[in-house]
Amino acid sequence: MITEKEIWTALEVVKDPEIPTLSMVDMGIITKVEIRGESNVYVEMTPTFTGCPAIKMMENMVADRLKEIGIEIIEVKTTFDTPWNSNKLTERGLLCLKKHGLAPPPKHQGEITMELLEHCICPHCGSINTEMKTPFGPTLCRSMHYCHDCLQAFEQFKPVV
Amino acid sequence: MNTIAIKELLYKMADDLLIMGHRNSEWTGLGPVIEEDIAFSSMAQDKIGQAGALFEILHQLGENEPDTVAFMRDANKMHCSQFVELPNGEYDFSMIRHFLYDHADQLRFEMLVNSSFEPLAQVAKKIKGELKYHVFHANTWVVKLGNGTEESKARMQTALNESWNYALGMFETGDFEKELQSENIFEGEEALKTRWMANITPFIEKANLKVPDQSTWAPILGGRKGYHTEYLQQLVEEMGEVFRLDPTAQW
Repeated sequence: MITEKEIWTALEVVKDPEIPTLSMVDMGIITKVEIRGESNVYVEMTPTFTGCPAIKMMENMVADRLKEIGIEIIEVKTTFDTPWNSNKLTERGLLCLKKHGLAPPPKHQGEITMELLEHCICPHCGSINTEMKTPFGPTLCRSMHYCHDCLQAFEQFKPVV
Repeated sequence: MNTIAIKELLYKMADDLLIMGHRNSEWTGLGPVIEEDIAFSSMAQDKIGQAGALFEILHQLGENEPDTVAFMRDANKMHCSQFVELPNGEYDFSMIRHFLYDHADQLRFEMLVNSSFEPLAQVAKKIKGELKYHVFHANTWVVKLGNGTEESKARMQTALNESWNYALGMFETGDFEKELQSENIFEGEEALKTRWMANITPFIEKANLKVPDQSTWAPILGGRKGYHTEYLQQLVEEMGEVFRLDPTAQW
């Protein structure tokens, strides 16, 4: 019988539809994997933002991957039982964001302050001489910033509690 | 658990979010600068998604499917405050409303994190973090515009004066305040209003604006009980137009 660990490994190839360098596992949005019997797997997910329009698509991508490795009975459910917050991104996930040109979210202590949002590290040159232009960006999970050293605009994956 | 009391609470919160979300979305393509266009569009997406999460809880409690509830009711069946249904007006009014509404909403969800009604407490944990960004956005602009040019100051003060009694109407009490409190579901509208005043006051001061004189306070009530301005029916008809063409369509 397939093990829970094998399912987690198999799911590592399922990427975020908007950030193709980042897997859903590293993003921390897969919250539970349960082997319910021979070829019967249950997966629980949670969205980064309540209004994330991609969550249905991501559920289907997870189910498709499980089908691909031969699982016959699949249930994928989205819940808020273990709500997502940006500290759930794995170390590898943070590196993947950077590779994609996005500033990774700073670790938070359960509280997001304006100070935490200003002066985030520029993913292009590493400077902290940066400025937040707006807390809203092209997707709900990103904010927009400007680097006064390399003079480039960049986006940050927002810290969220 | 007092299901009727919980449903009343959920409906007013979800309807506020749904209608405020739709009003925000009307700035899409029209914002004064592109960042603001994106901000209001993002907040619209957040709010409609959050409304969806609350409609989903209502569905678990036996109400209709979320889309049906959102798009098939007429105005007199909706429980939003009259404040959120008012047309966007100009940017000054939209910004002041955003400020007054989002402070209240974020506090409401913060209070609900401790709710004895577990499904709501869980969603509240998530939503309060998202609303933090809405509040940051509103604070920044209210302070900036309140300290801007003579025109921007005057416009912000006028918008605040015109909004005030509508804003107080957000805290219209329901029929189940006592039940919600005694069962530790929600502390109630009065407690929320007190916290809201404490939270908005420092920003209003920083913006050099003035809260209207207390002698003029007269909350505009009725929204929670289905009494609305003429604007809401127009809005729900437009909002549900496509869905109502074929409610069983698969999207």
